[in-house]
Amino acid sequence: MTFFFEVLIGGLLSGVLYALVALGFVLIFKASGVFNFAQGAMVFFAALTFVGFTEVLPGWTGLAEGGRAVFWLAFLLALGSMIVLGIATEKVVLRPLVNQPAITLFMATIGLTFLVEGIAQGIWGTSVRGLDLGIQDEPIMWVLDRADMIVSKFDVFAAAVALVLFIVLALLFQYTRVGRALRAVADDHQAALSVGIPLKHIWAIVWGVAGFVALVAGLIWGARNGVQFALTFTALKALPVLILGGFTSVPGAILGGLIIGASEKLAEVYVGPFVGGGIESWFPYILALLFLLVRPEGLFGEKHIDRV
Amino acid sequence: MFYREAGQFKASYQEDQQIFPIRQDRIGFWVAMAFLFLAVPMIANQYWLQAILTPVLIFSLAALGLNILTGYAGQLSLGSAAFMAVGAFGTYNFMLRIDGMPFLVALVLGGLCAAAVGILFGLPSLRIKGFYLAVATLAAQFFIVWVLVKFGWFSNYSTSGVITAQQVEIFGFAFDTPLLKYLLTLVIVCVFALFAKNMVRSATGRKWMAVRDMDVAAEVIGIRLMGTKLQAFAISSFYCGVAGALYAYMYLGTVEPEGFNLDLSFRILFMIIIGGVGSILGSFIGAAFIVLLPVFLNVVMHTSIGAFVPPNIAANLELIIFGGLIVFFLIVEPHGLARLWQLAKEKLRIWPFPH
Amino acid sequence: MAREIGEVILDLQNISLRFGGVKALTDISFNVREHEIRAIIGPNGAGKSSMLNVINGVYHPQEGTIIFRGEKRREMEPHMAASQGIARTFQNIALFKGMTVLDNIMTGRNLMMKTNFLHHALFWGKAQREEIEHRKKVEEVIDFLEIQSIRKTPVGRLPYGLQKRVELARALAAEPSLLLLDEPMAGMNVEEKQDMCRFVLDVNDQFGTTIVLIEHDMGVVMDISDRVVVLDYGKKIGDGAPDEVKNDPKVIEAYLGTSH
Ligand SMILES: Nc1ncnc2c1ncn2[C@@H]1O[C@H](COP(=O)(O)OP(=O)(O)O)[C@@H](O)[C@H]1O
Ligand SMILES: [Mg+2]
Repeated sequence: MTFFFEVLIGGLLSGVLYALVALGFVLIFKASGVFNFAQGAMVFFAALTFVGFTEVLPGWTGLAEGGRAVFWLAFLLALGSMIVLGIATEKVVLRPLVNQPAITLFMATIGLTFLVEGIAQGIWGTSVRGLDLGIQDEPIMWVLDRADMIVSKFDVFAAAVALVLFIVLALLFQYTRVGRALRAVADDHQAALSVGIPLKHIWAIVWGVAGFVALVAGLIWGARNGVQFALTFTALKALPVLILGGFTSVPGAILGGLIIGASEKLAEVYVGPFVGGGIESWFPYILALLFLLVRPEGLFGEKHIDRV
Repeated sequence: MFYREAGQFKASYQEDQQIFPIRQDRIGFWVAMAFLFLAVPMIANQYWLQAILTPVLIFSLAALGLNILTGYAGQLSLGSAAFMAVGAFGTYNFMLRIDGMPFLVALVLGGLCAAAVGILFGLPSLRIKGFYLAVATLAAQFFIVWVLVKFGWFSNYSTSGVITAQQVEIFGFAFDTPLLKYLLTLVIVCVFALFAKNMVRSATGRKWMAVRDMDVAAEVIGIRLMGTKLQAFAISSFYCGVAGALYAYMYLGTVEPEGFNLDLSFRILFMIIIGGVGSILGSFIGAAFIVLLPVFLNVVMHTSIGAFVPPNIAANLELIIFGGLIVFFLIVEPHGLARLWQLAKEKLRIWPFPH
Repeated sequence: MAREIGEVILDLQNISLRFGGVKALTDISFNVREHEIRAIIGPNGAGKSSMLNVINGVYHPQEGTIIFRGEKRREMEPHMAASQGIARTFQNIALFKGMTVLDNIMTGRNLMMKTNFLHHALFWGKAQREEIEHRKKVEEVIDFLEIQSIRKTPVGRLPYGLQKRVELARALAAEPSLLLLDEPMAGMNVEEKQDMCRFVLDVNDQFGTTIVLIEHDMGVVMDISDRVVVLDYGKKIGDGAPDEVKNDPKVIEAYLGTSH
């Protein structure tokens, strides 16, 4: 039984990471109706840029290697890069495609994925990097002693960060002017335009926020598994998360992430051995696919009948 | 001056239905065919036949398959490579397990396996559209490759699922040189391209396009969405499956499931975006472009220009250029190179008097 | 007119349709007789389009019965409606944008085509003969609606008025016995409207097609329709000959009471 809970908790915590990537998708989809396939690539870009800066900054500035100052400076620079990337994407790629069918936009973001990955590696190189946030991936003794369960310190830290991020974003959306405007935009673009909400600003802000979310996801993920190209594949699992949670629902993204994370780990441990293992690679997708057949509108989405 | 339809009147609907209604196009087509069948064998060397022309043809067929599904029927798929894998492994097993199995029959049966799997993974398209469907096709991509790796039976229990294509013989004649393989591939691809062209210019193609352009209206005039979409999935997967088998038997000789990965699926998608979504000719142009671009870049990088490009950038040049081109084409010419070709012809038609 | 109005062919009984909380149609009953032109009028959002969508199965009502040619149903399915001879046009043009005019109209005949994709792949004999045979029919429709010159044009490039006409052509290509037209003249100039009126009357007259028509232009409705149903907020508030309906106080109030 303890083993079951270990697996479950481990799964839920990795689900938090999926949820973080999915959150970036949801933000952009809500604000501009674009399904940004490149969100995973942006997570990779963010992590790589951060690591890249921590490597070069000591040489440029004379700051101590691995020190606080370098960390925060690199964080700010990476954040700046993400915002620039987001805004550039919005302006150069999506704006010109604004009236095209959704599928065209989607394909454009697939192209963008390659572009972003190529640029990130073109600048910082292709080697696998470690990323140290100063939190060890080791069992929490307190839990180990009392419940005889292995729960990683790092995972709990990651979950806490994600939780704080979710809460902050929720509050921002609820109580700030920009947040309210964003919700109005998500409900109805035309209407929002006609009451004078400056869509362009909103979009820029949202792409910036999505960049920030990508950076946080990239840091946590990079610290866990190293910063490497494989990250982009893991990030793809945010897609089934979205199918489960619906493309427009933040709670859906979180819940979907947790479900995918937990179920894929449980399936791997309990079903995997019977079929040769490695089922994590496809389990989330098949789960999402089966789910679609039953409930195409997602967990929280509303049933929609095309208007003619 | 020389390219126009003036004076070419069509006396019957039959004439109006021709694939190339304009005489100059017909001539151009036969010249191209003569070039591919007669001139190429005489002038191309082993490298060109083996490393460029044959793969271009095979990828054209795969792109044709994806174009049927995405370009004509409007259902986006990110799993083309997996259907290629089904075709390759299907053909391999028919050849392996049935004595005296003729290659062409095994090829078709392999394609039919892919079609069956395609129908299975096309089922979600009945309830979802657009990028929802794209995500669902990712399931096919990852699941199929996993099955082929994990279940040794498919690869006759070789390590990590590698298969080695058997010798191809047709009526006792062995196709064992690059030239013969090229010619056989060329014949097969031409036949399937003709079938595809015929389908898209008749009621089958109209149904696909109707579903693509306005599904409710299609339903209202009596087109069954389910049947039409699944049919597109089946035929598309069949094409991809045959392409996959040719990929194994005519091109690489040895393949493993991991070779049919997501990256390959994306490449095929890029072929149709750059070549032309919803265009038969575009599938060929796109495949040629995507196969030739890395070759071209490689050549350029080995000239003096290459010295100016930082090594990191050079290593990622393909990613950057592919990505950039996709974005560029979708913004500037969403119908791809095929449309540019068409526009050029239209210009020619009124040249030199544009009014 | 030569045509003679016949029996009831379509009978809608107690139809109610909801979208979430929105009641698009509430307990609506009316019928359509063979060969007649039946108009549905009412302010925007009254539920007119929803009514057509119920008739040919695009929307499924929560309550009610549909009797078409003696067959009683809870709801229609679009392809069922099509195979029984119901065709329609849409309020917002629903043409196949990537196809030519000719191909759009040819799709209208898909139910009558018997060859399958294998025949088409070979495009030989039967498939080719069938294609030509249906092309001839389609050319008749093209002549009838006077759109010969735009045959090979992609529909996306046509002006609005012509697109509406092509949509009618696609519906007519199916040789329907019941034709549903959702605001066929909306957004047209006077001349285009006159043409469209003439076509609608000709279709009714020459082919005996029964027509259900949604139209805002009162003049047109009064001129061409045999009977009129009036909807308001999803409820039926009037039903009868144009003159009766026009003078019905409830109808007048509905029209004056809303910003029309
Ligand atoms: N597919 C749909 N989903 C949700 N609401 C709908 C849909 N179709 C129609 N409605 C609603 O039903 C009501 C009637 O609409 P409609 O039939 O289009 O009216 P009309 O054609 O008379 O203008 C409106 O309130 C409209 O918003
Ligand atoms: Mg309406």
